[in-house]
Amino acid sequence: MRPLAWYQLREEIEDFLYLEADLLDQRRFTEWLDLLAEDLVYFMPMRRNVKFGQHAERENTRQGDGISWFDEDKWTLSKRVEQILTGVHYAEEPLSRVSHMVSNVRLLDVRPSVEDAHEVTVGCRFLVYQNRGEYENFTFIGRRTDELRRVADSWQIARRELILEQNVLLAKNLSVFF
Amino acid sequence: MATKLPIDRMIDLQRGTISREIFVSPEFHREELEKLFTRAWLFVGHESQIPNPGDFFVSRMGDESVILSRDQAGAVHVFLNSCRHRGMKVCRYEQGNTSLFVCPYHSWSYTTDGRLQGVPLYRALYDGTLNREEWSLIEVAKLACYKGTVWASWDPQAPDFLDYLGGAVDHLDQVLDCRDGRPGGSEVIGVHKWLFPANWKFAAENFLGDTYHNPSHRSVDMIGIGPSGQAGAKGRRDNEYNKGQHVWVSHPAGHGMHSVLMPSDSEYQPTYAQSPDVDEYFRHCFYERKRRLGEKARLLPFTGNIFPNVSYHGRQPRGLCVWHPHSPTETEAWRFFLVDADAPAEVKDVLRRFYMRYSGPAGMTEQDDMENWLYATQASKGTIARRYPFNYQMSMGAYKTNDPIPGDVSLQITEQTPRNYYRVYATYLNGGSWDELLGRPPVRAAAE
Repeated sequence: MRPLAWYQLREEIEDFLYLEADLLDQRRFTEWLDLLAEDLVYFMPMRRNVKFGQHAERENTRQGDGISWFDEDKWTLSKRVEQILTGVHYAEEPLSRVSHMVSNVRLLDVRPSVEDAHEVTVGCRFLVYQNRGEYENFTFIGRRTDELRRVADSWQIARRELILEQNVLLAKNLSVFF
Repeated sequence: MATKLPIDRMIDLQRGTISREIFVSPEFHREELEKLFTRAWLFVGHESQIPNPGDFFVSRMGDESVILSRDQAGAVHVFLNSCRHRGMKVCRYEQGNTSLFVCPYHSWSYTTDGRLQGVPLYRALYDGTLNREEWSLIEVAKLACYKGTVWASWDPQAPDFLDYLGGAVDHLDQVLDCRDGRPGGSEVIGVHKWLFPANWKFAAENFLGDTYHNPSHRSVDMIGIGPSGQAGAKGRRDNEYNKGQHVWVSHPAGHGMHSVLMPSDSEYQPTYAQSPDVDEYFRHCFYERKRRLGEKARLLPFTGNIFPNVSYHGRQPRGLCVWHPHSPTETEAWRFFLVDADAPAEVKDVLRRFYMRYSGPAGMTEQDDMENWLYATQASKGTIARRYPFNYQMSMGAYKTNDPIPGDVSLQITEQTPRNYYRVYATYLNGGSWDELLGRPPVRAAAE
């Protein structure tokens, strides 16, 4: 039996993740940036087709090494938001319609304790649906691991790893936030 | 065999118009695959991806999968990735090391130099009939390794790769050589692969020297995403070329590019402002390159396209991008990002971060390109739209030949590079000889 505090914490974290999704889907990008820690790592590797037994070692590109889809910091994400706000970032002008689905939420690690949680590692699945212009449809599905940090009475995202379940990217752009 | 398509009417270079049909019609797509991609030199990969015997990298040529393989003796090969028995792909891993390519279907196996080795139940079922020597993996007719890059052609009559490049080699060298002027020395640090619903030639044209599309990148120029962006600089790259003479160059074999001729006495322009060590490294490279190359160091690269589908960014960012046609309205893009293999780790780190925020589907600059190519393709498909050609009349005739560098050189933004590209494109589709494809004067038959 888990302690009641564990369930309360999970609910609090879930609420935070859903709030974050809402900010993005409501296009409140500047407010969304406020949820990101200054030392944020935002990472989405490319996935490779490798031989059985080599997955741990070679399937995903690595953070901090070579090229990935995203391996960036808060400055770069702030630039992405700033770019949308110019009104002439044509890949997002007019803006896409986007829905973020978050599910399979699991607390993977809580530090220092469930009763006094300051840092939480939380895993989930994401399904990001993007509809653009008249006929463009993209669905991005994958696994996400977030490191959250308690600030005042809320949380900040300190690290986000996004494992997109695609090899060749089947979308013309990754112009949405994950 | 002569084509039935009215190519010369659709590509009217006197008037400067090109039919939208070549960007949307299945007939042109088929003709390109039959007559162009079976002959032209195509980029396959980079030797840094296959450093050791047995290393392989699965690549593409046109719409087909190929294997770039380094055999046990160290020689480089390119094979069609298809078993000779029933066609199954013999390799479905992207990259790795192997001693054999074993077909999953009936277990025919091939050595890393392409020879058919294993045929299950050979004695019982094939003895006296199947000659293994004749059933190797299908290998390209011509292969060239140039400064680390690997290129191939399916046409045994194709000219040597350097003859095919012609004067374009001087520009390609600026992409492939070390930043301090040593020849070659680059390595691939990653490959983006993505699919976008547009004709592949829009992408190639962008890199041929379409500096005119700059306004579509206004958003990144406004906010500043360049290597000095974090220090507050606007623009999408450092302004290294502000004292240079920009040139737009067309080569007879269809290659085109936008490069810059710097003054002989040019000094280093500070770059990478937020990383003093990286700035210092490039300062060193700049003067070392001038010392090594002398007058030749004046030439610096912007973008270019090696005919037909290999585009490059020469400097900020730096890499090769291959546009593989899937259909008239769908393209698979592969971008190979390059750095000097022996650059310091900090330099490589700053470069890769800049490459990622600039390039490809997640790149703030190129996202806007993809949007343009998609909707240009989609809005050209209509019955009425197809009646109206595209306009290619910019800077008609405004160029000099072999002055001041080899090729047809324009000192102003021009559509001479795409006009020249589509002249060569039409020659392929009309089944032209290699002399015609290379823009050589026709040779008279000696017997007449």
